[in-house]
Amino acid sequence: MRELSLNILDIAENSLKANATLITIDVLAKDNLLTIKITDNGSGMDSEFLSRVEDPFTTTRSTRKVGMGIPLMKMISEMSGGTFSVQSEKGKGTVVTSTYLIDHVDRPPLGDIAQTLISLIGNLNDCDLIFNFEAFDTQFRLNTQEVKEELDGIPLDEPQILIFLRDMINENIKTNFRGVSL
Amino acid sequence: MKSIADIKAIRERMQSQIIMRDNSDSDEIRVVVGMATCGISAGARPVYNAFIDEIAKRNLANVKVTRTGCLGMCKLEPIVEIYVPNKEKVTYCHLDAEKAVNIVVNHLVNGNVCTEYLVNNEE
Repeated sequence: MRELSLNILDIAENSLKANATLITIDVLAKDNLLTIKITDNGSGMDSEFLSRVEDPFTTTRSTRKVGMGIPLMKMISEMSGGTFSVQSEKGKGTVVTSTYLIDHVDRPPLGDIAQTLISLIGNLNDCDLIFNFEAFDTQFRLNTQEVKEELDGIPLDEPQILIFLRDMINENIKTNFRGVSL
Repeated sequence: MKSIADIKAIRERMQSQIIMRDNSDSDEIRVVVGMATCGISAGARPVYNAFIDEIAKRNLANVKVTRTGCLGMCKLEPIVEIYVPNKEKVTYCHLDAEKAVNIVVNHLVNGNVCTEYLVNNEE
């Protein structure tokens, strides 16, 4: 994965598969620490599965025995001087939290978070998504529930709507500031 | 700077198109992009976004872009399946944004399968 945004897309897919009805993606940069948190209210994991979820040979798939999403994200966090944790409770949901030192030479760029978000929003079905972004002096929040209300029956996954949302996200977030790039 | 309030204008523009579409559900073309870990790391996200861009640009009301998980051929990702009603499923592999645009133009609009991207070439 060349961008942290790709990891976000990958991990959030798990939330959709766990039948979440709400996924929250937080991207917060403060001082030299970048925090990415993905919270869902999906089916969660029992403590036995949770204990081996960071193992690449753990997966929910039946066709193959390999699951690389979580281990890859953990590896990147640790390579970048950060931390990684998964908290989960069966029936309640899951929280995946990763941190990165912003100035660490091995930290991949955040990348195109707007592309990631519309790739998710285009296939949410009955799930909702909240995106919280706080970095430098900007703050941005997107809630698909509010977008749906404005749409008044027009599907969220219409290409023209997705493109509008992608432009809106790009215009409202700041990922570069005084020579620091997320 | 765009905000949620701007959606109203798009909504009004789109409402008439949506009504037309409701009557023609049976001719819906589906574009299914593989977006598991393997697909994403191989470049499925720009492919998905390119389909969305080109379909919006050409105002193709009968095409729906969706995602799926791992199709079991990770080394051929990004993989996209195209379902056209009454036609056999077509599977493309090793796609990028540019190839996605070509597929929209040649396959979805003009009905000509892009044989050079077919998964069959790999077997």
